[in-house]
Amino acid sequence: MTTAGASEGGRAPILLFRDIDEPGLNTLEVYERRGGYESLRKALAMSPEEVLEQLKASGLRGRGGAGFAMGTKVSFLPKGAMDKYLVCNADESEPGTFKDRELMQKNPHLLIEGIIIASYAAGANRSFLYIRGEYSLQADVLDAALLEARAAGYVGAEILGSTHSLSMVIHRGAGAYICGEETGLLDSLEGKRGNPRLKPPFPANQGLYQGPTLINNVETLSTVPAIVAMGGEEYAKLGVETSTGTKLVSVSGHVQRPGNYEVELGIPSREIIYGLAGGPPDGRTIKCWFPGGSSSPVLTAQDLDVPYDFNSMAQAGSMLGSGAIIVVDDSTPILNVAMKVAKFYRHESCGKCTPCREGTNWTVRMLERIDAGEATPMDLEIMASVQEHIIGNCLCVLGDAMAMPIGSMIAKFKDEFEAHMESARVHNGLGASAASDTALAAQGAFDA
Amino acid sequence: MSTPEDVLRAARALELEAAQEGLPPRPIRRFEHGSRAPGWDAPADLAKDPAEIPDPALTPVPEDLRTEIEAHMANYPDRRSAALPALTAAQRVHGWCSPEAIEQVACVMRVTPAYLESVASFYDMLETSPAGRHSVYVCTNISCSLCGADELHAEMLEAVGADPEFSVRSFECLGACDIAPMASVDGVYVGPLTLADVPQLIDDVRAGRPVLPEKQLARRLVADPHANTREFPEHPVEGEA
Repeated sequence: MTTAGASEGGRAPILLFRDIDEPGLNTLEVYERRGGYESLRKALAMSPEEVLEQLKASGLRGRGGAGFAMGTKVSFLPKGAMDKYLVCNADESEPGTFKDRELMQKNPHLLIEGIIIASYAAGANRSFLYIRGEYSLQADVLDAALLEARAAGYVGAEILGSTHSLSMVIHRGAGAYICGEETGLLDSLEGKRGNPRLKPPFPANQGLYQGPTLINNVETLSTVPAIVAMGGEEYAKLGVETSTGTKLVSVSGHVQRPGNYEVELGIPSREIIYGLAGGPPDGRTIKCWFPGGSSSPVLTAQDLDVPYDFNSMAQAGSMLGSGAIIVVDDSTPILNVAMKVAKFYRHESCGKCTPCREGTNWTVRMLERIDAGEATPMDLEIMASVQEHIIGNCLCVLGDAMAMPIGSMIAKFKDEFEAHMESARVHNGLGASAASDTALAAQGAFDA
Repeated sequence: MSTPEDVLRAARALELEAAQEGLPPRPIRRFEHGSRAPGWDAPADLAKDPAEIPDPALTPVPEDLRTEIEAHMANYPDRRSAALPALTAAQRVHGWCSPEAIEQVACVMRVTPAYLESVASFYDMLETSPAGRHSVYVCTNISCSLCGADELHAEMLEAVGADPEFSVRSFECLGACDIAPMASVDGVYVGPLTLADVPQLIDDVRAGRPVLPEKQLARRLVADPHANTREFPEHPVEGEA
């Protein structure tokens, strides 16, 4: 990992994406030539507690969605000699998110180095990298990189002559969104259906094979070498107070330059959507945007100046989530957006908890009723109340992940839903009579 | 505790009662998703023993498959962790998770076939019914559908027609919204696709050529203009000279 200093020319440093397209970066040779695995040597020269202190000082928050402080998470693991596990969550399935894919495909050794350092800090001797089955190219790249790292003595027994040993297994999933949820992932890794578990006990105490387990996202772990290289306090100077560092943002949907961008947390969202990604196509305006994947409540064009960081997004009534911005312009009816989101969660609900299993299903059906012209305005209220009854009532947050965006769409685009309902009713709904009523009303027939 | 027989007896009694009062028999409620599993509404025969772990002497397993599954099992503290990689390997051999494939995996892993069936039915990439040799997943999630993925999916289905070699299906977010609308063709990501690309894509697969090499994800450079400090060439993709 090359050490990048503080801001260069006013712009934030690029920590994860620096020269990421350099040919051969996925090989050990080029990675080492660029200073790779130097952070690991530096970390192994410190005590695990000192590495942990650096992670805590960095203020690094989890990049997978929940935004939990990574250093704190590591410190939750019990001390003492026992089998402890580190699991890297590479089941990147949140719609709109594709940052980990690019990172793993182009710079696999950065992730492997991050896993080794984090396992040293946590005292874990076994690590598993759970990558979604669809990412076969990325898994192949990681497999090759892991072979090289093993041969070079970075992974295995007594790494670089230290007392720390680590095994690493790359485990390919087989297509299930719920396996991105940490306890669902653990069940899947144990060879079961990926059903989430009741918490507590939290994975830090009882996780994989009932042992203490640290679970972190790819981007979080890939940031660790940079933190060790530059020092936790130096890293904490990047970004804003409650959201330190840089973040990979995946921008997609109705933008001219979709893709991954590394930004300093706290920059205005407008700068990402318009400045970097080019905004919606000419002549169109933004109707709404998801700031953190399809699970985050939608924001509108009025929220474009909200700083892009964890707390500001929460204050604006949404969340930073996985850092995936999906832009929807005014050419798309909001009902279509809601339908896509709801159908996705209906398909991916594991079916364990009733509010999620039934709530996602009925939400889709009610949206279909609206589209078919069979709904009444009361249906919107029922649909909103269904969302409220899902939130907080399940083992995991999959149901909430549908309820929050759908609820926010109903609240913010109520007029459009009602207009859609009315026009659908007139055009293809149950009532031809209703249509003639409307026609009569238009002619003023019902005026006193 | 009521056994399935009790439930049936109670249901028949209700039917009889209805018939005596001259009412039409009450229909048994069926749920559309229930019909996915054949025999879902048949009562379980609790007297029957569950299928046991297959007998190695009576279950021939291809040697390559056995070696691969055993290698996976050795990776984990608990052999059951190898269920997903093992089923994926068996699917590669058999084309889908057929009863025979499940039987063979169960035999090597020393678990019951029912356990593996429960796992296989959970994951989208494990096929529980016969599937074509070539899988085409068209992402139809939010970002791709905003860019026209639903039309692409329809076009793809039409272009393939009744060809049994292909399984074209819509898939949840494949994590490549930067190349929306996109598809994963036998695991290779291609995009952004237009409707005009579809015939070429199908032809490439039929001919065994690399699929649309100029549109493969693997060759793309990062979108962030600040990431690369120097100019780099596009990445080479497999099959290119």
